[in-house]
Amino acid sequence: MRYLDPTQVSRRMNGRIVKNKSAKGLFFLATLFGLIVLAVLIYRVVVDGIGWIDWSFLTGRQSHDPERAGIMGAILGTLWMMVVVAPVTLILGIGTAIYLELYARKGRLQSFIQTNIANLAGVPSIVYGILGLTIFVRAMKMGNIVLAGGLTLSLLVLPIVIVAAQEAIRAVPSYLSEASYGMGATKWQTIKNIILPAALPGILTGAILALSRAIGETAPLTVIGIPALIIPFPEGIFDKFTALPMQIYYWTLDSSLVTEYANLAAATIVVLLILLFLLNSVAIFIRNKFQQRY
Amino acid sequence: MAANSEFNHAADVKGMIQKNKQSKSIQGKLEKVIPILLFLFAIISILTTVGIVVTLLAETIEFFKRVPIWDFFTGTVLKPLSQNPQFGVLPLINGTIISSIIAMLVAGPIGIMAAIYLSEYASDRVRRVLKPLLELLAGIPTIVYGFFAFTFVTPLIRSIWPGVEATNILSPGIVMGIMIIPMIASLSEDAMTSVPNSIREGALGLGATKLETTFKVVIPAALSGIIASFVLGISRAIGETMIVTIASGSSKNFTFDITESMQTMTAYIVEVSGGEAAAGSTIYYSLYAVAMTLFVFTLLMNLLARFVSRKFREEY
Repeated sequence: MRYLDPTQVSRRMNGRIVKNKSAKGLFFLATLFGLIVLAVLIYRVVVDGIGWIDWSFLTGRQSHDPERAGIMGAILGTLWMMVVVAPVTLILGIGTAIYLELYARKGRLQSFIQTNIANLAGVPSIVYGILGLTIFVRAMKMGNIVLAGGLTLSLLVLPIVIVAAQEAIRAVPSYLSEASYGMGATKWQTIKNIILPAALPGILTGAILALSRAIGETAPLTVIGIPALIIPFPEGIFDKFTALPMQIYYWTLDSSLVTEYANLAAATIVVLLILLFLLNSVAIFIRNKFQQRY
Repeated sequence: MAANSEFNHAADVKGMIQKNKQSKSIQGKLEKVIPILLFLFAIISILTTVGIVVTLLAETIEFFKRVPIWDFFTGTVLKPLSQNPQFGVLPLINGTIISSIIAMLVAGPIGIMAAIYLSEYASDRVRRVLKPLLELLAGIPTIVYGFFAFTFVTPLIRSIWPGVEATNILSPGIVMGIMIIPMIASLSEDAMTSVPNSIREGALGLGATKLETTFKVVIPAALSGIIASFVLGISRAIGETMIVTIASGSSKNFTFDITESMQTMTAYIVEVSGGEAAAGSTIYYSLYAVAMTLFVFTLLMNLLARFVSRKFREEY
């Protein structure tokens, strides 16, 4: 008497194995899909834009004439905005993280602040734009200057810096701070001299990622009302300005009127992507070079 | 002479004690001031939330004094600039939902398949290369995706399907989906890798193939995390602005035809705030009512995601 029919079994077995193999191939293709799109995107942008990047494009002033248009104003605007965003997010982000990790008593208030930060991270960027428009531009009467844009973007990326700083502080082993307390150091001395230096690489990595998020952000700036055509270069944080993503936005919108604008937009995207690439490389460098494993 | 030097020493020591006391009192003050200062920093994040809610709410209430709330939420016609302006938000909600559905139809299946590959099939070495590359996609600014949708994907679709308009909801929907793939892939992968190996090995030991193990054991165990990643993806799609603003145009059609231009809530906000809406006009207040609707939509999605991943998490 036979309980199993070997041919039946092997036929079913083969089917299952083939299914498994083909599914593996399909899943692999799905993983590649995103990368292929990324490659096509970068290829398209570079092909469209690279011919337009030259010294006069990088250092020139904005102009309606595609041949004479330059993006120096947008580059300066973006850099000035970062002059606002970097210190504001670093100070507020590290301060909040230290408070939550090292001072706050575990309780209602602490978990309320924590939940609140998680929720803020999920608010669409355009809503921050409306906040910036209402508070900084209108209520404080700043107008659409670098400071207003920078503060708006600071609030937008603040949750990223806070979470990164919290994780970095949590990763500092307790025996380091205990040794410091044992030597008679006070709490603030311990934080300042032991915990922060040890957590700094992690904090900086998070802060740079937040900066690169801020650099590419467009939606809040459109709401604040950043214009496309600013002829004088911004010379400080109280000047009116335009930024790289805004420049890309306006050129893309108008590319149906003047086809060369699409090339200018692509060229500006190349500049923006190079900037982001450099920033991320610095972040990776810091992480690999200074991050200590305890 | 000796006594004299001893006396000096005593004075020195006294001075040192004095100095020490002084620096201790400064130190003590610092110890008291710093927590307060840091607390104030931490409060900024709460103030941000309060600021968002208060500004949106105040101006939205002002809007509803001019336009009845019922007309706003049930109106299918949005004509803010006509002689008899009509403020029905349904065309915007419709555009938002349709673009999000298209995005999730792209990002959902591809994202989860990528997650399965990375978590169940890929070797360590392959994963270490593929994962950061996939995350690069998430680091590309959305304005770049907008440019890509408008200048590449739309013409591509139109060459295959000539009936599609120059601005349509299909192309930004697809590109938005591509943008969300890494988010779903990485969150689902985290959920799947946290399923303990012992369960997986149990299934494999019973003779199941990897595919069967994945679908009958790993995915059910990781379901809460996977659903949460989908909900967060939807929330991201709802709040996405630049791609739809650039590639879907600004016609406020109330239609289900994906070949046509539609406007999302986010795109409306950009159009109105970038235009010449004078502060105090009804169209200016409509900006806040739409933003409030958007804010509530995404907040609910984020809360739902957190609820799902907490409530239905399998503990091992």
